[in-house]
Amino acid sequence: MIADVILIVAAALFVGVYVSWRAGRIDRLHRRVDMARVALDLTLLRRSSVAQELATSGLLDPATSLLLAGAVHGTRLSVQSEGSGGAFGFVPPGEQSVERPRDLAESDLTRALRAAFSQPDFRASLSGKEGADELLAEVEEAAHQVYVARKFYNDLAAVTREARNRPLARLLHLSGHAKAPEFFEMDDSLIADQPTAPPVGHSMEPSSHD
Amino acid sequence: MVCPYSWDVPGGVQQHIRDLAEALIDEGHEVSVISPADDDTPLPPYVVGAGRAVPVPYNGSVARLSFGFLSASRVRRWLHQGEFDVLHVHEPGVPSLSLLACWVASGPIVATVHTAIPRSRVLLMTYPVLRTALEKINGRIAVSEAARTTLVEHMGGDAVVIPNGVATHRYLKAEPLPGWPGAGGAIGFLGRLDESRKGLAVLLRAFEILGPGRPGLRLLVAGRAADPEEVLYRVPAGLRDRVVLLGQVSEDDKIRVLHSVDVFCSPNTGGESFGIVTAEAMAAGLPVVASDIDAFRQVLRGGEAGELFATGDARDLVRVAGRLLDDRERRAELSAAALAAVARYDWSVVARDVLRVYETVILGRTGVAVQDTGGFP
Repeated sequence: MIADVILIVAAALFVGVYVSWRAGRIDRLHRRVDMARVALDLTLLRRSSVAQELATSGLLDPATSLLLAGAVHGTRLSVQSEGSGGAFGFVPPGEQSVERPRDLAESDLTRALRAAFSQPDFRASLSGKEGADELLAEVEEAAHQVYVARKFYNDLAAVTREARNRPLARLLHLSGHAKAPEFFEMDDSLIADQPTAPPVGHSMEPSSHD
Repeated sequence: MVCPYSWDVPGGVQQHIRDLAEALIDEGHEVSVISPADDDTPLPPYVVGAGRAVPVPYNGSVARLSFGFLSASRVRRWLHQGEFDVLHVHEPGVPSLSLLACWVASGPIVATVHTAIPRSRVLLMTYPVLRTALEKINGRIAVSEAARTTLVEHMGGDAVVIPNGVATHRYLKAEPLPGWPGAGGAIGFLGRLDESRKGLAVLLRAFEILGPGRPGLRLLVAGRAADPEEVLYRVPAGLRDRVVLLGQVSEDDKIRVLHSVDVFCSPNTGGESFGIVTAEAMAAGLPVVASDIDAFRQVLRGGEAGELFATGDARDLVRVAGRLLDDRERRAELSAAALAAVARYDWSVVARDVLRVYETVILGRTGVAVQDTGGFP
């Protein structure tokens, strides 16, 4: 009798601990995915600002400059319409440019940068100008960071969605009010044949157990 | 002249440049146009290809533009060989050849702005880079008041408004669509079907009244609509098969449509600054029935070159259009009057206005030269 009670209590305790561990894991995953999203936002903003610096540097011809500036402006408007822009996304009243969803606007910037960078002899025409090599390297670095941060975020989002969708998590509503993370899809390869493998030294894959 | 958009893609700016260039050539001037174009596109003898345009995201859609140092050096070479008296760039605010031409050239430069863009910070942001190019423009032309506002806001200074012309000779003759206009008479309409200011609803109401008494009368409607079915359902079932919707038509088919009807109707209820479609119908020698708005009253010379009816009043339209359908002589009279009246909107006349701008900017100057752009190749 007492042994049965102990067994039931122990079982209940075990289930309780297990469930709370699962809930805690889902919660931690959500927090990690949020942080990854913030990191992705930062890399996108950094890429925009470096692209703008290139556009206004006077290194490029005016048409390419205007093209890049237009794409940068598009990303800024999209950040504002997304509602997470803060001070960066401020657009003065009266401004009526075409607003695009964030992923499309960021892909537009990728394509504008790619169009600029894939001009024949693009590098040769700039080399020797003051600050040109550094700025180009910075743009490429920023673009690569976007690629890395987006992959990291999407992997985490996939793990989180999978954890939320387990039968127990759905039955007991373990994810609470947290929204399922959306994947962020965009064109982010600066050069058409960018290697898809991450460089050595970055830990890319989020661990699926924590 | 510099065209910013690919020559092989149909568009208003390209058409403007083509018509203006041909009008100037007809006047005996030497004209060379440089434009992005695919290598295998057949070009008119006065157009020089500047290479393939690159599709890039621009203003929320994909545009085919020419930019970069390579394009700039092509423009430079063209300027060098051409030894032009005046350089005329179109849409210098678009990141393409026109902007590059301003950048690499010096001397008399005229710019035409076609599209009105809302006050944009993109130009403001890049202004330090663009300034050297844009400040060289000596003469500014806008094709509409709205475009003029854009120009003045973004580049300062003032601009003359010279509207698009009508290449009247293109409209003069065309093969009617098979079976049109038919013995019972036909009325034509061109324009967006679901934009209320274009006034198709007024014409359809009038047709409801006219139709039953005239069993052969048909309506030929060409233009875009989000939902053409919905437009058709506004017509009573018995008359529906006498309303023919063509959808959006090509430039050539538009002219054929104009030659397929007996009377052209412009029922616009407002928002029209010139009424280019009405002018094109007049150039086809069509008797026009138009609503009594300022733009049409002006084009139709207060009713001498076409009939006016009270704006938005379907019954008045029935009265005017019915009388015209019954009176062949009056139609012939109006046709002749329309052809005479539209002549002053012909490109040859518009081109003279453009020439006057050229004349003011070349005063005391020695022609277009290629400028050093500070170490750029």
